[in-house]
Amino acid sequence: MTWKRKDLLSMQDLEAGEIRDVLDTAESMKEIATREIKKVPTLRGKTVVNLFYEASTRTRTSFEIAGKWLSADVINFSASGSSAEKGESLLDTAKNIEAMSPDVVVVRHKAAGAPAMLARNLRCAVVNAGDGAHEHPTQALLDLLTIREKKGHLEGLNVTIVGDVAHSRVARSDIHGMRKMGMTVTVAGPPTLIPAACQELGVKVSYRLEEAIAHADVIMMLRLQHERMTAGFIPSLREYSRVWGLSLDRLKHCRSDVLIMHPGPVNRGVELSPEVADGPYSVILDQVTNGVAVRMAVLYLLAGSKGA
Amino acid sequence: MSLLLKGGRVIDPWNGVDAVQDVLVTDGKIAKVGAGLKAPDGAAVVDAAGKVVCPGFIDIHVHLREPGFEYKETIASGTRAAAAGGFTAVAAMANTFPVNDNRAVTDYILAKARVEGCVRVYPIGAVTRGLKGEELAEMGEQAEAGCVAFSDDGKCVMNAEVYRRAMEYALPFGVPIISHAEDCHLAHKGVMNEGLVSTELGLAGQPAAAEDVMVARDILLAELTGAHLHIAHISTAGAVRMVREARARGVRVTAEVTPHHLVMTDEAVRDYDPNTKMAPPLRGKRDVEACLEALGDGTIDCVATDHAPHALSDKEGEFAEAANGVVGLETAVPVLLDRLVRQGRLDLPVLVARFTSGPARLLNLPGGRLSLGSPADITVLDLERAWTVEPRHLLSRSKNTPFAGWSGTGAPVLALVGGRPALPSYPLTVPGGGA
Repeated sequence: MTWKRKDLLSMQDLEAGEIRDVLDTAESMKEIATREIKKVPTLRGKTVVNLFYEASTRTRTSFEIAGKWLSADVINFSASGSSAEKGESLLDTAKNIEAMSPDVVVVRHKAAGAPAMLARNLRCAVVNAGDGAHEHPTQALLDLLTIREKKGHLEGLNVTIVGDVAHSRVARSDIHGMRKMGMTVTVAGPPTLIPAACQELGVKVSYRLEEAIAHADVIMMLRLQHERMTAGFIPSLREYSRVWGLSLDRLKHCRSDVLIMHPGPVNRGVELSPEVADGPYSVILDQVTNGVAVRMAVLYLLAGSKGA
Repeated sequence: MSLLLKGGRVIDPWNGVDAVQDVLVTDGKIAKVGAGLKAPDGAAVVDAAGKVVCPGFIDIHVHLREPGFEYKETIASGTRAAAAGGFTAVAAMANTFPVNDNRAVTDYILAKARVEGCVRVYPIGAVTRGLKGEELAEMGEQAEAGCVAFSDDGKCVMNAEVYRRAMEYALPFGVPIISHAEDCHLAHKGVMNEGLVSTELGLAGQPAAAEDVMVARDILLAELTGAHLHIAHISTAGAVRMVREARARGVRVTAEVTPHHLVMTDEAVRDYDPNTKMAPPLRGKRDVEACLEALGDGTIDCVATDHAPHALSDKEGEFAEAANGVVGLETAVPVLLDRLVRQGRLDLPVLVARFTSGPARLLNLPGGRLSLGSPADITVLDLERAWTVEPRHLLSRSKNTPFAGWSGTGAPVLALVGGRPALPSYPLTVPGGGA
């Protein structure tokens, strides 16, 4: 095991070997979920604080279960709105939490860079659970774990990410992680939702869905936020769905062993038709299952592997 | 009372001087410049051998924050910072509280500066009342009171009709309209330059075009009205190109560039340090190169710091929420002497011109030259003086510098205002305290 980092902030930071370590560790954690008594003593006496400044059910629950199965004490700290609205700065909040001696702080914040700022100022480990449109590294790791399980390997696979790449932290983390693991990444979506200089991230950019998914081993559909319509990025959800939605009809032109993924929550009928979301190609629920394993691995590597 | 600066390399671009000479100051004015001058009886003599003696440096874009935001900066602290940075005059932007959009505020700033300021302060009035971009401010009375230019800096006047009227209305007063060129719709929620770095960081970017379209509009309005348009803090290759073309066509357009836009790119934002956040944002390498080239060839008339002090509480925390702006008065000259002059990217006399004759001509100020009878505002540089930027040592009330930890060689060592040191303690001292 080569893990040396204090924090997990981004996929851009990680090297391929480190990603492999997390995935291998996560694989070994999966067995715990199959036990009658889902608990191991690995993180007994350790404290994990979930510091969530943005609403999240799935990710927070996933971290909570991961911590509890490892016997850590998990505390959920929800703070709605921005730190400015609360009147206490993010840094002050974090310093207060640190004064209670946690071992890991898992932070989600609408501001890109917030976890990095906390990591610089806190002695404990910081895990980025999603910061603005920057990164969501544990999501990318669970995506990689799911693909590796289903395909048996990662290198050489073609992945197409479809939708609102511009505002997606999942897309950024996936792009970095997948490229590091030797995968070929194509992004596709309306040009208004493809970020500036996207090719310079080392991906292909396509403005035609059929072309972009024709040779894909994996299709990652991104959630389309309703705000994008009122903000003028797209004219209507109806049109978005017609041009960029994945239906059974469109899947006919894809590889027969294609995997359909989605970071959730799915807008049924917008980016994915219900038949596709629930169909045989979909591995969306496997992603959720693997999310717990990946987060157990991350908590273990950050808090447990140094020895109690 | 007399003062003789002896044996320095005198660089006075206004008068085309670059030679080892002596400068004699009497009663706060330049009395003589020449070789082998004799010190009159009782004159203080400053040995300037090995130093560079220049007209006093002028910064035409400074936020002194007083009245209204004294927790960020005051006229006293801001002019001390200016003096420490080698400046002998600053022009103060209008976005105070209340806004400098009427004579009472202008008078207040000038009165405060007379009592508490240690360098000359030239107020800039607002173009529109309350910086709202709607109704014209009382520019006539403000010009009479001492405003040397008009600007809604910090905000862009989005209504082209209002801006056209402002340019026309200012014509009789012979002062420029200074444009903060930023299309707020195109810039939208962008908190940094749009490009690879903004994409990787997940921060909303604003395209260079947000500046370019407004520079294009304002040049067309200057052409229409015949007004003197000055582009504040130019930062893009496109804007530089348009200013160069417009000047060649005879349009009265001038421009300034900040030190940070000359030596930093958006790569500096990678740590999410709010001290790299300002408007306009740090741009790409190509933009930086275009600005430097334009500074060299005179398309850009002057360096101006856009000194924008902010308290820690306005600047710490999330990048997207932090206030725009950085302090610059105390770092501008050292940083540019090292990164541009010492590294051979700009000749020293050109840099001196952009700090002296350039801004003085632009705002019709009495300084910026060592002509006989002109005010004895003088800046002395030591090109061998080593420095390191330590925020806590800055004299500005705010410490929001993007240059923290930078070090280099070459710095101002003395600034005289009306023949007297602007601060009591300089590395180069004047016996008896000056003329």
